[in-house]
Amino acid sequence: MEFFWYVVLIGILATYLVLDGYDFGAGIIHLFFAKTEKDKKAITNAIGPFWDANEVWLIAGGGVLFYAFPTLYASSFSGFYLPLMMILWLLIFRAVGLELRGQIHNSMWEAVWDKAFGIASLLLALFFGMALGNVVRGVNLGMVVNGVSTQEPHFFFLPLWNPTLSPVASELGIIDWFTLFLGVVSVVALMIHGANWIIYKTNSSLNGQLKQMIYKMNFVLLVLVIVSLSVWHIIEKEPFHNFIDNPILFIFPLITFVGLFGLFRVRTFKKDGTGFLFSSLFLVGGFTSTTASIFPEVLPSTNTVNPSLTIYNVANGEYALSVGVYWFAIALALVIGYFIIQYKVFNGKMDDVGYGEH
Amino acid sequence: MEEMLFYDRMQFAFTITFHYLFPQLTMGLSLIIVYFKWKFLKTNDPHYNKATHFWMRIFALNFAMGVVTGIPMEFQFGTNWAKFSELTGGIIGQTLAMEGMFSFFLESSFLGMFIFGEKILGHRWHFVTGLLICLGSWASGFLIIATHSWMQHPVGYEVLENGKFVLTNFSALFTNVWLWPSYLHNQAASMVTSSFVVAGIGAFYILLNKNVSYGKLFLKTGVVFGLISSIIVAVPTGDLLAKNVVKHQPVTFAAMEGIFHTEEKGAEIVLIGQPDVKDKKLDNKIAVPNVLSFLTYGNWDTEVKGLDHFPEDVHPTNISGLYYAYHIMVGLGTLFIGVMVLAVFQLTRNKLFQTKWLLWSFVFLMPFPYIANITGWYTAELGRQPWLVYDLLRTVDGASPTVSSGNTLFTLMGFVGLYALLGMLFAILVGKIIYHGPEPVKK
Repeated sequence: MEFFWYVVLIGILATYLVLDGYDFGAGIIHLFFAKTEKDKKAITNAIGPFWDANEVWLIAGGGVLFYAFPTLYASSFSGFYLPLMMILWLLIFRAVGLELRGQIHNSMWEAVWDKAFGIASLLLALFFGMALGNVVRGVNLGMVVNGVSTQEPHFFFLPLWNPTLSPVASELGIIDWFTLFLGVVSVVALMIHGANWIIYKTNSSLNGQLKQMIYKMNFVLLVLVIVSLSVWHIIEKEPFHNFIDNPILFIFPLITFVGLFGLFRVRTFKKDGTGFLFSSLFLVGGFTSTTASIFPEVLPSTNTVNPSLTIYNVANGEYALSVGVYWFAIALALVIGYFIIQYKVFNGKMDDVGYGEH
Repeated sequence: MEEMLFYDRMQFAFTITFHYLFPQLTMGLSLIIVYFKWKFLKTNDPHYNKATHFWMRIFALNFAMGVVTGIPMEFQFGTNWAKFSELTGGIIGQTLAMEGMFSFFLESSFLGMFIFGEKILGHRWHFVTGLLICLGSWASGFLIIATHSWMQHPVGYEVLENGKFVLTNFSALFTNVWLWPSYLHNQAASMVTSSFVVAGIGAFYILLNKNVSYGKLFLKTGVVFGLISSIIVAVPTGDLLAKNVVKHQPVTFAAMEGIFHTEEKGAEIVLIGQPDVKDKKLDNKIAVPNVLSFLTYGNWDTEVKGLDHFPEDVHPTNISGLYYAYHIMVGLGTLFIGVMVLAVFQLTRNKLFQTKWLLWSFVFLMPFPYIANITGWYTAELGRQPWLVYDLLRTVDGASPTVSSGNTLFTLMGFVGLYALLGMLFAILVGKIIYHGPEPVKK
């Protein structure tokens, strides 16, 4: 049962990454590339009817985490207190930026909300990458000082940074060079992803320029991936042991590289949606490879006193987990139904939907 | 510890109070919007469709505010109440996860279609999307109140040796005696808020002599919905809920009613008075003898237990706050019924639109259902103290052990600042929509 809900949780979070990921990416493109009013409109139209539903995957992920793995939810949400609150504030700014911009036609009003939307999207991409970095790096569970736990073994608290910015220091922080590095990987990957979505959903004049950008940034992304793989052993002694023990898991890195290498052909794709498909593969592959590398751990311990949190020691009771399968199956069928309807109704290019105009 | 708990509670209270300004309107308003759209389909009168559009704009803004202020609520269980989440997540995680899966997806998928898709969808399907959004928001309220009801009156659980609550009976969560009266009470109260807002804007247009045909439509619709819902709030739902409190939380009931000493030969009902908790009495009291016993037990002379009957460590922690919250809610609820009865009476005599003082009353009454709804929730929440899970888990044992009070104060200040900004933007934009008014119908 634990494994079933683990797969559900990872599935929901991967879906969130792909869906809200393109919103963040579109926000970053909006911030750096969109100069004319027409291009800005095209970008916000391309995500307008979708971002709200996309964000729900995060809430659903939080809900399933709370329900299936309550101890992990309690531990990580209180331990990562400050960055989570900042993510909340950024999500608010992103939403407000998108929803309020079109309400008043005034150049200063529009400029403010354009920047709010763009900067919040950029920071969210960075923060979510760093969040993943924090999870795989692990935390000082039980807040062990000199070999003695100062808290219950599954609780911890991380400050925003430590003075050395080192991921292997005894006093860890949210921001260190490793997590920051993953944050940058996330920003670059989502920027490519967002650009692919814009190409897919609009006829904006930026599309040609974006294809060039994707091609160039994909080299940057390749370098970043190679560098991250070569430093990974610093935070995790045997990063590949799960893959070596279970070669079937190599499917996840394989998906990642299909996505990554496929994108080098972005300039010759016949269909506008193909690029989006490949960047989705890269994101899903990268995320699942990372989580698979630490499985069954979900939050490693950096000390030797307290054990890591695994899906087995943080899970809800057996009955509660079984009974949830029924409602979850119904809910998932409905969600897929809504999703199909939504994408059918807002099929094709979105340039003229008139989003945000009331 | 005291200080930490204080900021944790302040942050939750502040963020939930601000959040609940929005869903209480959208739940009820979605029903009224669906009604307007339905009338349009039936009568083909374009006024109804323009009315749908006008309220849809206000709805969309409120909905967006509800969404962005709602996510911090789900997060705060874990961030600030980690111990509570760890111990009870096995049960309340279930209903909260269901809320996400069943209602948020429904609402968010169809909201875009409802707001932007009328041309693509056609009127009939546009009506259906409105209905689905209404259904989603009512389902959301249901699952939240199922969670709330479990905290007030825990059922279907077992406590393990390590203190964790595990679920033993899923359906018990939905047959909880607390759930249905609370849910219907809350939804009817949400209808009261939206009725007063719709009626208030209508009265405003009539008095201003602007958009008068819409003003009349809004006022008429508002008072009819308002009369029905304000009565349902009191009887049967409010009455049933009070009887639940008497039966399962008698100490809360004593504090709500301001009864410090057990009244053996029938209890009086206190209308006005200020509690003096230290000396265990009410100052400047105006009360009617024996009425409380009658309302509670149907018998004028039945004994009602006072606070002195219960040990002090189970007394609600803020007796005065609880007493005021309850009295404000009840007082306003009674006022709403009175105003709505008068308004419907005038409507049946075709005099409503000329009764100036009543129109003015509707304009000024608009904020009061919000106050009644919020104080109603304060009654429920303060009434449950000092418990998080009634009689089983104390609030003091639920807070996050590792988050310092300084960090919570930091984020509390952040929320206050951010929500002040959101509140101002919201007021400006709603004001603009109301000032602009519904689109006139072209002749």
